[in-house]
Amino acid sequence: MTRAERRNLRNGLLFASPYLVGFTAFMLYPLAASIYFSFCEYNVIHAPIRIGLANFRVLFFDDARFWRALYNTCFYTAFSVPLGLGVSIGLAMLLHRKVRGLAVFRTVFFLPSIVPIVASSVLWLWVLNPDSGLLNGMLRQMLGIDGPGWLADTSWSKPSLILMSAWGVGGAMVIFLAGLADVPQVLYEVAEIDGAGPWGKFRNVTLPMLTPTILFNLVMGLITSFQYFTQAYVMTGGKGGPDDSTLFYCLYLYRNSFMYLRMGYASAMAWLLFAVILAATLVVLVSSKRWVYYHGE
Amino acid sequence: MASNRNRSWPGLILLVALSGLFISPFVWMLSTSLKHESRIFSRPGEPPQWIPTTEKMDAEGRRLVTYQGQTGADLGRADTGRHALLVDGQEIQAWPEEFEIQQQLGLHWQNYVSAFEMMDFMVNLRNTLFICFSAVLGTVLSCSLVAYSFARIPWKGRNAVFVLCLATMMLPYQVTLIPLFALYSKLGWVGSFKPLIAPYLFGTPFYIFLLRQFFMGIPQDLSAAARIDGCSEFGIFARIVMPLSKAALATTALFMFLFQWGDFLNPLIYLQDSRQYTLAIALQQFQSQNESAWGPLMAMSTAITVPIIALFFLTQRTFIQGIALTGLKG
Repeated sequence: MTRAERRNLRNGLLFASPYLVGFTAFMLYPLAASIYFSFCEYNVIHAPIRIGLANFRVLFFDDARFWRALYNTCFYTAFSVPLGLGVSIGLAMLLHRKVRGLAVFRTVFFLPSIVPIVASSVLWLWVLNPDSGLLNGMLRQMLGIDGPGWLADTSWSKPSLILMSAWGVGGAMVIFLAGLADVPQVLYEVAEIDGAGPWGKFRNVTLPMLTPTILFNLVMGLITSFQYFTQAYVMTGGKGGPDDSTLFYCLYLYRNSFMYLRMGYASAMAWLLFAVILAATLVVLVSSKRWVYYHGE
Repeated sequence: MASNRNRSWPGLILLVALSGLFISPFVWMLSTSLKHESRIFSRPGEPPQWIPTTEKMDAEGRRLVTYQGQTGADLGRADTGRHALLVDGQEIQAWPEEFEIQQQLGLHWQNYVSAFEMMDFMVNLRNTLFICFSAVLGTVLSCSLVAYSFARIPWKGRNAVFVLCLATMMLPYQVTLIPLFALYSKLGWVGSFKPLIAPYLFGTPFYIFLLRQFFMGIPQDLSAAARIDGCSEFGIFARIVMPLSKAALATTALFMFLFQWGDFLNPLIYLQDSRQYTLAIALQQFQSQNESAWGPLMAMSTAITVPIIALFFLTQRTFIQGIALTGLKG
């Protein structure tokens, strides 16, 4: 090693030392401990007791609420992620037309995504209030329908949360806007010469050029929605009701760890969550070879 | 799409309609926060009331103090109830046909006062700001040092460590949540701000990545020239790279502030005494104890949201650029 190399190594490690320490303390140690806990019965107060695969066995075969929570989370993901992509692409397309007052519109669509989640959840509790809420009030006034009980109704509680999630797509919209700005203008001109109408241009130019951005937002959307927690906690008082219809995976995980103090069991759940997220991400990434188009490759 | 510019009326109308839809919950929040309790709950069949009217007056200036008094049925009449009117400080009762209601704009600020009192707002605000600023400062300092190492010092093993750092972003936080809780409770940190701040003094992969990408774009010639002039590595970091990276540092600080301002799970787990609550957790606790106090609840939600909206307007460009930066380079 030359003197310069040695100096670089020393400086490099020195500058990176906060992360190296942090990685060991806040990542490496917890990861090892979490693996260990997942094979243990552990309540923080007493030392962990090893019980082999019992946590996983109970999860898979004896815990109906675990499957309910997994189902609720998959249901939420299956609807909120595609809906979110659709809404954010739609809004980005509308804003990309360089209308007057673009900044105002962009702000309006973006703001909901930066409001503290607790505040927006409390707000939506009120919007979705069956008797005096805004949504049912508007449904009655404009369409003359009596709206459902939303969060109070087992069959409407998940759709309520999915609806609310579409309100917070501002971040994805801004990313799509940046993606749209990168589509070379010349492609539209060529498409126009070829006689493409607005739909043809969207289908054959915009959409293919946006696929890398769609991939990014899809993966981020999947990861976030599998970890859906705060809204469900605030809007159901941490219970996931009515009748476990909004008991999402991470809410159940939280209840196991901090309410029932089944920390080993919850650790096993956390690793299964990781497996599910990893599998979903891998499926998307592998399939992306078929549908993502990288311009310039 | 330049070809569509200014030509699409349906597009514009759709935009206006959709932005109305998106903003209506905010307007509803603000409106409810300024309504008197008696005006918050709508009677069956009544359309949503957007403009807060705390009190109603009739044409002669008689103030309506209760909307419904005795019901008509009680008095042998089939129609709606009598109303109590306040005349010269005295309540009198009158049938709806005996006076004409004029809606009066009336802002009921009392909701804010009661929410602030019930929640210990100033204490919660101080806690939130303390945590926000500590975490922001820690993140900006630690992440820029680490990012500098990854971006501008070629050391053996650097790439492996960087890939490791990126890989940890894939792990859901739930995996480390429980061991960290166990660790902090062994240290006696549960019930203090320490678990909310300590992790941010050691770098967060996402921001390390963001800053690294930015640092990579700064010309190496600048470092080389400074090195010839005898500048130390830390000198190059502090006097050349950092001043040139204000935009990326601002994005980091802004996103971290925003995250901490609204963070819920960590305060939920680690804060136990209500004197330590942050605004987010205080609002949730207040909500769970006063489920139908919608006036104060909306006042509180407004009070937590407005600073974020103000921050957005002040830093709009940093915001939009930052999101595009993280999204496109991620």
